[in-house]
Amino acid sequence: MLRYVIRRTIQMVPLLLAISVVIFTIIQAAPGGPEGTLLDRGMFVDPAAIDAYRARLGVDQPIFVQYFKWLGAMLTGDMGISFQTQRPVLIMILERMPDTLRLMGLSFVVAAIIAIPLGVFSAVKQYSTFDFIATGASFVAIAMPVFWFGLMMQYLFSVKLQWLPVAGTVTVGVGGFVDQLKHIIMPATVLSMHSIAGWSRYMRSSMLGVLNQDYIRTAHSKGLSRRTVISVHAVKNASIPVVSVMTLDIARLFSGAVITETIFGWPGIGRMFIQAMHARDYPLLMGIMMMGSTMVVVFNLIADVIYGWLDPRITYE
Amino acid sequence: MSEIMTDGQGMALAAEGITVKLRSNAKITWEKFLQHKLAVVASLFLLTLAALCFLAPLIAPFEFDAIDLANIRKPPSAKHLLGTDALGRDLLTRLLYGGRISITIGLTAAMLGTAIGTLIGSMAGYFGGRIDNLLMRLTDLAYSIPTLPLIIVISSYSNTQAVGIVMIIGFFSWMQTSRVVRGAILSVKENEYVTAARALGSKDRLIIVRHVLPNISNSIIVGATLGVGNAIITESSLSFLGLGVSPPTPTWGNMLMDSQATMSSQPWLTIFPGMAILLTVLCVNFIGDGLQDALDPTL
Repeated sequence: MLRYVIRRTIQMVPLLLAISVVIFTIIQAAPGGPEGTLLDRGMFVDPAAIDAYRARLGVDQPIFVQYFKWLGAMLTGDMGISFQTQRPVLIMILERMPDTLRLMGLSFVVAAIIAIPLGVFSAVKQYSTFDFIATGASFVAIAMPVFWFGLMMQYLFSVKLQWLPVAGTVTVGVGGFVDQLKHIIMPATVLSMHSIAGWSRYMRSSMLGVLNQDYIRTAHSKGLSRRTVISVHAVKNASIPVVSVMTLDIARLFSGAVITETIFGWPGIGRMFIQAMHARDYPLLMGIMMMGSTMVVVFNLIADVIYGWLDPRITYE
Repeated sequence: MSEIMTDGQGMALAAEGITVKLRSNAKITWEKFLQHKLAVVASLFLLTLAALCFLAPLIAPFEFDAIDLANIRKPPSAKHLLGTDALGRDLLTRLLYGGRISITIGLTAAMLGTAIGTLIGSMAGYFGGRIDNLLMRLTDLAYSIPTLPLIIVISSYSNTQAVGIVMIIGFFSWMQTSRVVRGAILSVKENEYVTAARALGSKDRLIIVRHVLPNISNSIIVGATLGVGNAIITESSLSFLGLGVSPPTPTWGNMLMDSQATMSSQPWLTIFPGMAILLTVLCVNFIGDGLQDALDPTL
């Protein structure tokens, strides 16, 4: 197993390098360059000043020179300096990290707590009213744009009922646990919606597959209670592929966070990404995109390792 | 009872007084699809909606860009069934016109993504070896970059016409299809009819198109259907961020663009376009579910 992990980790290096080349090229392909945003505001009119500005940011050099400079710095842990704030990208990302992790973490936990029992009950009571409603609800959830669900939540709970604050993480001057909880409920619900729908569907089909297995019949015939058979024998085996899907989805939650944080004014990395995009802050965009991609690659490996660890039939060479 | 006797066996059996109904594959699939009530209802609803949208110039009560400053931000009424927006434009009219673009974007982007995915997946699966390795590493690469943020960056500086949006969404939604197609081809190409075709001297391209793809069309069709819904949602998310098709051309997405600011006073501007997206994608996914059951020969 250790050899497998080491080999996979080594394989990640060329993959991440290729990813960085692709993202770097795409970000740099923007017509107008970073001075475009300044021109929009009518700040620089003197071409010499624009050239000086481009030279200061280093975007006047050929793209491959810029890339190798970026890569060289990256290898020493330096993700570059933000065009907008003139501050290190790494620091900016780390500052925003706690809020994003809090939101993603809560969404993940909530989604897992809801989705798995939902899937189990749907499978055990297949074609029952409960199964029908759960299936219908997950179809609706999957068909709903994340941002629109967020808007509807805001309209209902903030505008109409006035139970929850529209945006932000905390009320200035109030604070405290309850206040923070009130702020995080809506964004966490919105972010976890797709996961709940997807995972519960997945858990349901996985359970249905397991319930037809011989060992379940054996467990029943041994005289074990239905409850024990389901909770000990069936759920345990059925959750193996689901756990691996859930691990993969941790990285995918980041894409959802971009939209969710924007709607709820959540000061995390996702919202910073949108701001960086509008400002054409190449180093910051590059840093956030690389962080997102690295998460996908790393959680891919973790998912495979967990799968092999949970399912003894699988051995990695 | 309808009798279709097209071959000798049917004739022979008929001569013995036994009625035989030979059903084609397509007919079996169609009959199975009709059993999936939800998918049938969804198809009818979607066809009606699409027909209304595409006939918008004929049936819409107003012009989609008819500004009526005397009637701005009016809630739903008898004259304006779904109300009016900040420029007094009729929301129902704009929804119908917007549906034309949104549905077209969904269909074409899904077709593009499916075509790319099928091409890459079938080449990788059929040829195997180095080509497979190269193409699958390419798929891994595309799969590892978070898609939505990437699409956001690209649309932030490309021209925001419907064609551009279709290209962007299509070019970054092929990975799932290519993996599924590759897997399916790997199992199909071991079949004897493929060996037979090769022994008869058929060209690779012909074998893939004539013998392999029709046998894996189930998974391609189902994937493409789900792709339509995803593309509609992606377009709306981009438009919400101000990166989709630019106004005044209405799409369901860009009608929601500034809706957050006006939601407390004019909720209908947010509710109705979102409902249109939700219902359309829901129907598309129900149809995909129905097709999956209908096309699966083991069911």
